[in-house]
Amino acid sequence: MENRTTNILVAGVGGQGVILASDIMSEVFMEAGYDVKKSEVHGMAMRGGIVTSHFRFGKKVYSPLIKEGEVDILFAFEQLEGLRWLNHLRPEGKILMNDHKVNPPAVNLGEMGYPQAIPETIRSKFKDFYLVKGTEIALQIGDVRAANVVLLGAFSRFFEIAEQKWLDIILKYLPPKVHDLNRRAFSSGREQVA
Amino acid sequence: MRKILSGNEAIARGAYEAGVKVAAAYPGTPSTEILETIAEEYKEIYAEWSTNEKVALEVVIGASMAGARAMACMKHVGLNVAADPFMTLSYVGVIGGLVLVTCDDPELYSSQNEQDNRNYAKFAKVPMLEPSDSQEAKDFVKLGFELSERFDTVVMLRSVTRVSHAKGIVKLEEPIAPPVTIEIRKQTEKFTMLPSFARVRHRVIEERLLKLKEFAEEFEGNRMEINNSDFGIITSGISYQYAKEVFPDFSYLKLGMVWPLPKNLIKEFFKKVKRVYIVEELDPFLEDNIRAMGFKPKGGKDRFPLCGELNPLLVEKGIRGRGFKTPKPYFQEPLPPRPPNLCPGCPHRGIFAVLRKLKVYVAGDIGCYTLGAYPPLNSLHSNVCMGSSVGAAHGMAKALGEAGKGKIVGVIGDSTFLHAGVSPLMDIGYNRSYATIIILDNRTTGMTGSQEHPGSGYTIRGEKTHQVDFIELGRVLGIENPRKVNPWDLEEIEKVLKEELEKDEPSLIVNEGPCILLRRAFKKYNQPLKVDQSKCIGCKSCVNLGCPAISYQPVEGEMALTADGKKRKGIAYIDPTLCPGCHLCFQVCKFEAIQSQEEKPIFGFETVVNT
Repeated sequence: MENRTTNILVAGVGGQGVILASDIMSEVFMEAGYDVKKSEVHGMAMRGGIVTSHFRFGKKVYSPLIKEGEVDILFAFEQLEGLRWLNHLRPEGKILMNDHKVNPPAVNLGEMGYPQAIPETIRSKFKDFYLVKGTEIALQIGDVRAANVVLLGAFSRFFEIAEQKWLDIILKYLPPKVHDLNRRAFSSGREQVA
Repeated sequence: MRKILSGNEAIARGAYEAGVKVAAAYPGTPSTEILETIAEEYKEIYAEWSTNEKVALEVVIGASMAGARAMACMKHVGLNVAADPFMTLSYVGVIGGLVLVTCDDPELYSSQNEQDNRNYAKFAKVPMLEPSDSQEAKDFVKLGFELSERFDTVVMLRSVTRVSHAKGIVKLEEPIAPPVTIEIRKQTEKFTMLPSFARVRHRVIEERLLKLKEFAEEFEGNRMEINNSDFGIITSGISYQYAKEVFPDFSYLKLGMVWPLPKNLIKEFFKKVKRVYIVEELDPFLEDNIRAMGFKPKGGKDRFPLCGELNPLLVEKGIRGRGFKTPKPYFQEPLPPRPPNLCPGCPHRGIFAVLRKLKVYVAGDIGCYTLGAYPPLNSLHSNVCMGSSVGAAHGMAKALGEAGKGKIVGVIGDSTFLHAGVSPLMDIGYNRSYATIIILDNRTTGMTGSQEHPGSGYTIRGEKTHQVDFIELGRVLGIENPRKVNPWDLEEIEKVLKEELEKDEPSLIVNEGPCILLRRAFKKYNQPLKVDQSKCIGCKSCVNLGCPAISYQPVEGEMALTADGKKRKGIAYIDPTLCPGCHLCFQVCKFEAIQSQEEKPIFGFETVVNT
């Protein structure tokens, strides 16, 4: 096992399933034999606000927070939140972003514009960039709430962990009636990353 | 067996493994999940949401006096509410082990201040343990019960947001049978704090503190890690993890118990290491006490911020000083912020829209509705602590006299009202002012994630129980004619509010409608509403309700005209995936541009609460 800890910052908007996704990731990597830590904030910050979850795995993990500038993978559930946390990445960092926008209040009120061409901005600075239509695919499959599982499917391609190990843990968190839908969501997500 | 647990889940597990019999709390971020976990997973433990933190602590004091192991949990400011029993609990001590968990919130993620509750341990002369991760959280709770019984004292366990809401791997163990039997014990001189008995107890606690200092020297949770004779760090709790992350090769004195401090151990560390830094969040608590012992650290609060939480970058920057280079940003343009917001369909939104229209002064309180202070609602003007709205509105009315008549309102949530608003409302009934108090009764403790309370009709484990009637309660406290309004009917709210504001007597309005996230409260949600693009003139009346489902979208060219030729710069759009159909926007639109799919628009929802 590598000595270095891998740092993943999951970012999105309250209600998108960021915390569930990082819970699943923690369990998958614990089962794979790693030490894991993760940290997030609950309460007032979640009422439609920004949600971030710091997830770290390695041989021995100390801090539950990732040091700014040392994120290996920025996993963004929303475009603006992808841009907002960009500065936390390492220069050679990887980005997996959901191709989806949720307007913040200032944009809803017509006071500020939603930033233009976020994927292009990110691509101009980072080569290792994956844009996935997680929300759109989830809607096609039949439930927008499965977007986080589509995205986890895409994310799972970055690691040598068997698809079934991911699914076992994902399905543990979900009621049986949505298992089929989420199996499809996960495998559609996997197809998005070559 | 190993399991991934949050700090809060680990504290709950620790209580279970320690054989706790009674656990009580009032919800408060970041402490809430401790009691939630106990209620869900450890049925052996009696668990309750108490009316407030003072009650929670008194409940566990009683349990401890009977010999049971008992635990109270609260957020940092909750201990202010419980400070009265807490300070004297130090005097009376315990029979069954008693652990008080305080979860501090450095950085104020969901709090009104960021006080450092380590100061309370020193103030009350009781021991405080401070875990740095989930495993220690569980271990220290168990240890806390042992120490509590061994030293006859309440033991404080201090967590912070980044311990409570961080997850890590924890080794689970089996529960033990506590050593003390549960029975009625009449130890009047120990437990009755008459001055004559309390004078004796004060001596006892000073002696206890000396014994605890001796214990601190040998306590294995106060641990030296000598890796380096040049650089070392004295630290505790989450700060240890941050420091260890960036300086793995330094020496450490990691304090598992932050009060009282082990003087000899600290002395030994200063002997072994040349340059010693003290790394801690918020107050210079360790630093001041270590300096007062005569030691001279190389750095402390001169290098680390007093405000906000630490993180690995701030720790590295503080120690490296001028030599530290902050990583260069890739992107620096300002981005639209994303502050928290009232949910679509929230029963608080309508009342704030009316309060804004009436231009009154609104004394606010602690809860989701404090967000009414943000644009575009801008209709909440103060907020100090739980329950403060009621007394503040009354005091302001007394100060203003005639000049303030018809202009002073206090708003308070149902759970907050029962926590700390009843006494000040009694004061209004007693001392008579014209302030209008509005209870925002959404049938749950919303901000902390929907917990039951004495007005919800259910216990922490979802059993039906007595439900407080706010109208009856208002009458008993001296409000002659308390009234209810439907939170989704703007006309009704405005009419009732105007009538109540005109009164020269105490008045109470109950804005009664369940939290939109309270699933059991709704038979069904309404159909989403839709903007008729041919009619919308872009006046922003609906947009200014601040509903996350409604956005304003600029238009150009052909789109810049309505069907009947009126000019417009933009139109409103309602996101059907977010809109639960509360019809507030329908009511504020003067151009019939918002369409309801209901046959007859209903101002409100079909609810099943209170049946």
